[in-house]
Amino acid sequence: MVERTPIFNAICQFILLVGLIVALLPFAIVIIASTHDIRAVNIVPMPLTPGSHFLDNVREAWHRADLGHKLFNSILFATAVAFGKVALSSMAAFAIVYFRFPGRSILFWAIFLTLMLPLEVRIVPTYAVAANALAPFQAILNVTGINWLIHAVSGIEVNLQWGLLNSYPGLILPMVATATGTFLYRQFYLTVPDELAEASKMDGSGPIRFFWDILLPLSRPNMIALFTIMFVWAWNQYLWPLLVTTDPSFGIAVTQLKTLIPSEFGLPDWNVAMAGTLVIMAPPLILVIFMQRWFVRGLISTEK
Amino acid sequence: MEKRATFSSTTIGILFALPMLVLIFVFFYWPSGQALFWAFTLEQPWGGGNRWVGFQNFQQLLSDPVYWNSISRSMIFGLGSTAIAMGMALILALFTDRELRGHGAYRSIFVWPYAIAAPALGLAFRFILAPEAGLLSLINQVWPGIWNPALDGNDAMIAVIIAFSWKYIGYNFIFFLSALQSIPRSLIEAAAMDGSGPARRMWDIQLPLLTPTLFFLLVINITESFQDSFGIVDIMTQGGPARATELMVYKIYFDGFKGLDYSGAAAQSIILMVLVILLTFVQFRFIERRVHYK
Repeated sequence: MVERTPIFNAICQFILLVGLIVALLPFAIVIIASTHDIRAVNIVPMPLTPGSHFLDNVREAWHRADLGHKLFNSILFATAVAFGKVALSSMAAFAIVYFRFPGRSILFWAIFLTLMLPLEVRIVPTYAVAANALAPFQAILNVTGINWLIHAVSGIEVNLQWGLLNSYPGLILPMVATATGTFLYRQFYLTVPDELAEASKMDGSGPIRFFWDILLPLSRPNMIALFTIMFVWAWNQYLWPLLVTTDPSFGIAVTQLKTLIPSEFGLPDWNVAMAGTLVIMAPPLILVIFMQRWFVRGLISTEK
Repeated sequence: MEKRATFSSTTIGILFALPMLVLIFVFFYWPSGQALFWAFTLEQPWGGGNRWVGFQNFQQLLSDPVYWNSISRSMIFGLGSTAIAMGMALILALFTDRELRGHGAYRSIFVWPYAIAAPALGLAFRFILAPEAGLLSLINQVWPGIWNPALDGNDAMIAVIIAFSWKYIGYNFIFFLSALQSIPRSLIEAAAMDGSGPARRMWDIQLPLLTPTLFFLLVINITESFQDSFGIVDIMTQGGPARATELMVYKIYFDGFKGLDYSGAAAQSIILMVLVILLTFVQFRFIERRVHYK
């Protein structure tokens, strides 16, 4: 700033350096451990120079955790969640900001209340719903007597069944069902000048045209930021995928970490475990490094 | 804020909101209501629907020392990791904000830990902090048997706290730094003109202006410590040794899906929900104060 404070600056630099080491050390250890063979990785203290077995370890971890298939599922899952979030929240926010209809404020609160309770907190009943996603509607039919009416009139017993366990929709849909992105979009729409909507109305465009041709192109930075955050967030999900995908063909990469924990017996093969960890944690990290500006900006405006 | 120019078609408006509404109804409101229902009923062992039992599930839970153990463990975990993560992030952000040499690198690298999945860093820290290999095993060579998270409950708690705070230093750093950068430069320049040094300015100007961010992060960190901790605990300790790291969400998972006690798990969910909602209300009370310097 304005004055010379060499001693204080040196203290700051020193502490920042310590912070840097703390931040980078776990990455370094994971990388180094993944390059050794099983004997070298168990030496105490651990060797701090890389070895030459990196590819062997990755191959072994890849095979043990079935990573080819699981990484593909993870990419599919995270992309779908991020895409669904962007699409649904941009639409919902549009309805909230640009329309005046009765019950709009109830709608607003109904959506924003979902920010309060994360999925982990209501995990047991959400799992029950995933077992049959149409159960809520079935219950409504039963309680309101519509079911009885249909049965009386046509003789058909309505029985709605749509099990989501071990399926891609079951993985994806509950993740999309929160308001995180809606808030971001609402904040953005509120900053869009009123004149744009007025001008396009004067030119005769309806709401759908305005949304598609004006708002969406304008919100591209928002879209990129939200997509980045949601991709990273979805990739790192653990509890929900663990519960929903008991069938290995729908499993994702992060839940495979469990298969990489070395066994209690014999020499633990941490080299393979760390190689697998490295592969599984790399994609979101690379995304954050390259999209840092978007990631930080989006994070700050979604959490407000 | 309200828009001056709006569209009048109610149908189209509702249609735009409909996909989101259906999803949150099915996956948010219905399950939350279901949790309430289960919490006050008991499932019959051989089917035949649920029997209304009132507050019995809660009574049973609250008289169970194992449940209180998991509450106190969660509190220790939440407060410990929040203190470490916020304290370190605050110091790093204050110093990075001084824009000394290399601040660009600091600014990006300190964010990296937040990109790592909780279970992945759980496995990494399980290795780093393992008693017989890795980095910390060194101290066991000097003082044999002093560190063993697989056997000693306190060591296990320290291990999960370290892993969790490491990730959230990155998160808190993002928010602290952006709050610091939104403090008007003129305030700090004026203080410098009046002869206060950088440490004095941090203490008397930047820190007081950060209090809103501080409160906000405090609430977020504690709520995240309830949910994001699951992956770390499941990979590092599985709640053990001897339930020393059995945090609330882990216990819900364990009772509900391993023990198949839906009613008990639902009652626990309700208690956790109430806790989280209370915290959120605290946050809303401070939300206006967060922007008082604008």
